[in-house]
Amino acid sequence: MEQTHLPVGMLLQKATSIRAHILEMVSEAKSGHPGGSLSAVEILVSLYFYKMRHDPKNPNWPDRDRFVLSKGHAAPVLYSTLAEAGYLPLDELKTLRKINSRLQGHPDRKVPGVEYAGGSLGIGLSAAIGMALAAKMDKRKNRVYALLGDGELDEGQVWEAAMAGAKFKLDNLTAIIDRNGIQQDGLTEQIMPKEPLAYKWKAFNWHVLEVDGFDFRQLIDALEKAENMRNRPTVIIAHTVKGKGVSFMEWDPAYHGKAPDKETVRKLLETMGR
Amino acid sequence: MRTALAEALLELGSKDPRIVALGADTSVSIKTNLFGDRYPERFFNVGIAEANMIGIAAGLALSGKVPFVSTYSAFVPGKCLDQIRNAIAYPRLDVKIVSSHGGLSVGPDGASHQTVEDLAAMRAVPNMQVIVPSDGPSTRALIVQASMTSGPFYFRLARPDVPTMHTATSDLRIGKATVLRAGKDVSLIACGLLVNEALEAAETLSTENISAEVIDSHTLKPLDSETILRSARKTGAIVTSEEHNIIGGLGGAVAETVTDSYPVPVARIGIRDTFGESGEHPELMKKYGLTSKEIIETARKLVRTR
Repeated sequence: MEQTHLPVGMLLQKATSIRAHILEMVSEAKSGHPGGSLSAVEILVSLYFYKMRHDPKNPNWPDRDRFVLSKGHAAPVLYSTLAEAGYLPLDELKTLRKINSRLQGHPDRKVPGVEYAGGSLGIGLSAAIGMALAAKMDKRKNRVYALLGDGELDEGQVWEAAMAGAKFKLDNLTAIIDRNGIQQDGLTEQIMPKEPLAYKWKAFNWHVLEVDGFDFRQLIDALEKAENMRNRPTVIIAHTVKGKGVSFMEWDPAYHGKAPDKETVRKLLETMGR
Repeated sequence: MRTALAEALLELGSKDPRIVALGADTSVSIKTNLFGDRYPERFFNVGIAEANMIGIAAGLALSGKVPFVSTYSAFVPGKCLDQIRNAIAYPRLDVKIVSSHGGLSVGPDGASHQTVEDLAAMRAVPNMQVIVPSDGPSTRALIVQASMTSGPFYFRLARPDVPTMHTATSDLRIGKATVLRAGKDVSLIACGLLVNEALEAAETLSTENISAEVIDSHTLKPLDSETILRSARKTGAIVTSEEHNIIGGLGGAVAETVTDSYPVPVARIGIRDTFGESGEHPELMKKYGLTSKEIIETARKLVRTR
């Protein structure tokens, strides 16, 4: 059965559950990327539990909307969201990064619901363009969403794809940038400045929206506006905080790719009421 | 070969609506624009952006299309190994890369546009199937078969017009090497433009009472080890030839196979781990030792010292 829209109150609950899953799974794995997973929780929740047309019981439904996680290191947020949606058992989350698990360190297509094997940065928007072109050729109504990291925007291929998305007038494509301001080596504006980011995308002929990436109403509103746009792809710059929800991780580049230990996570989950 | 590519695409386009083609500002040169003229809604020119082209092809394949990606082999795979391995080979998508102007065949353009390493790179990527056709008819037949064979392919085509060796292609199969001439003293295993050189070499060798078997090993991966080992058992000596670095191409593949199963002397003719340079293609082939002359000399030496 197709996933139904949840009311905003329930989206908040889903976000809390998914944050807890992310912390549990990376601490169990003793590695992974919690920071950029926690910053993207509300983005994925608004897609999988509100906006996207998809069916966890029928992952290959041809008319489903597609989600491409271009920033593949945020695999924990994708797996947790897919598990919450019913694509895989919640129990399986603790196998993340372990030998013989389906849950590879970066997304693999073995997992039901994973549309794209992201990991090497900069490629996902191109793949999303291919999916959007295919939908147009087949005259299907489905939409394609791609989530990019802001550090990922250093990759030249993103801008090759940006040109192509505008050329092909892909109004069925929405890119979302997790603008958390931090990449592996430090602050994005120190490592390689992205600003003025909105102007860059405008100059590439995209429809540009900026939102608070933790505010469901703003996210949903932007996703609706993107759908109503004609002849141009939309990019939503979602302002977020890396490590959101865990005070000592927020804004700390060290938690880009470092897992908190199990005891710390146990205490954190207690404070989250779990 | 470019004409054969264009003909194969037009044939496939009329039969199979899943076939799409992508170009990177070289489609007029390699004639895939003919497919674009016939099927404009199924042809995407992405400009000079090879990495993006591979990524878009991945997305099309993930949505059920069978994309053919074509430009010069210097740029695909040259500029996009990462995209090929991660976006296409790892998920084992039905993307068919058909690159033209392989080896030294761009001649005067020089080393920047010549490829001596593409086959080694593509062979080493898991899931990738690698094909180097030797003439127009085999190019067309193998491309048509690849469209119906699952998984990613890398085809390397040459730029110049080549003589036809495969007058009938009904027995031609991906993964099955073709014995073009039977012999018992030495096996001449070649791919691409060197197949014709090997045939010429065999003709000359026959006048010296050396009976050479000539095998067109168009599929480098999966290599037809059965045909190669059968020939090795019969002749006990192999000369490989290819327009590629002697490291990692056909010679490497054949040497690996016989070493594993039936060790016999293998002499490899190819570019000796160096870049090319400007010059007319036949001049370069001569300078870098890629003609029937080297095959004859090498085979002669191998047979005499055995």
